[in-house]
Amino acid sequence: MTTSTEKSAFWAGLRDGLSFSFVVVPFATLFGVAALDAGLTLAQTIGFTVLVIAGAAQFAAVQLMLDNAAIGFVLLAALAVNLRMAMYSAALVPYLGSAPLWQRALVSYLNFDQSYVASIAKYEAEPDLPVSARVAYFLGVSSAIAPLWIAASIVGALIGKAIPDALALDFILPIAFLSLVAPMLRTLAHVAAALVSIVVSLLLIGLPSGSGLLIAAFCAMVAGVLVETWMERKAA
Amino acid sequence: MNYSAGEIWLIIGIMAVGTFAIRFSFLGLIGDRPMPALVLRLLRYTPVAVLPGMVAPLVLWPAATGGQPDAVRILAALAAVLVAYRSQKIVWGMVAGAVVFYAGLWTTGQF
Repeated sequence: MTTSTEKSAFWAGLRDGLSFSFVVVPFATLFGVAALDAGLTLAQTIGFTVLVIAGAAQFAAVQLMLDNAAIGFVLLAALAVNLRMAMYSAALVPYLGSAPLWQRALVSYLNFDQSYVASIAKYEAEPDLPVSARVAYFLGVSSAIAPLWIAASIVGALIGKAIPDALALDFILPIAFLSLVAPMLRTLAHVAAALVSIVVSLLLIGLPSGSGLLIAAFCAMVAGVLVETWMERKAA
Repeated sequence: MNYSAGEIWLIIGIMAVGTFAIRFSFLGLIGDRPMPALVLRLLRYTPVAVLPGMVAPLVLWPAATGGQPDAVRILAALAAVLVAYRSQKIVWGMVAGAVVFYAGLWTTGQF
């Protein structure tokens, strides 16, 4: 049964998700081009995008395949890039844990940076939202993004080198992720976490793909909680 | 690239299963069971702990410039952060970042 709360949450999600289109489209197009360059067929490119649906990891895999890396290494490196999503998965538990299993499975399949961050921001802003509406919102955001992601990567694979490097589309991704996270820097603790994340990840840049980021993220979470505790003590 | 079609599909298949397993891990298996208070506190910092670290090297050492720091990219990143923070709207941050980025590329003759 669908209630009006769920419907309006879904539409709100869809609308918020569409604001990501001008990031998702160039990024997905670039993946299509990269996949074509690496020698993947159109069917393989579509398979990648639909089944894996994780941009950064897809790029990592295709780049390594271009270098003819061993299959085990391609898998390890690309999956390490996705390990941050285990953190997203855990962070969604307090909000979505009581949803039916099939809904949690669907949310898991569609859990990427944009859908996760947009949804968490919504859940924090509206703590009284019922669980079913939270799921509906999440699916709304991802329903706006996933088809665009798939369609644009197909376009990229078809047009290939017609996209000039001078467009510098690669930098759209950092701009988008920074815009996602900046509104969340509400407290000193959040700012401290972000700074620790930056410093540690830059220091550990030499570590194999994704692992430096995981350590940086963990240090940043600890820093956030420490500063939060310290602020509470000071206020008390 | 010299993988067979089967090998490529193997990579895609294992990545698909592995990625889903990572995403399903906690949400799927913990479900409704309560988590320790400390873990919940740590997890509230997940977005601000992951995304800045993920983006920092891309901003400071972009592949497009051969890893050399580029003033245009750093300014565009700062514009995105400031505008998204002040307006509390993701989309305005993205617009500001993109405008500064392309205006900067154009002024410096890179576009």
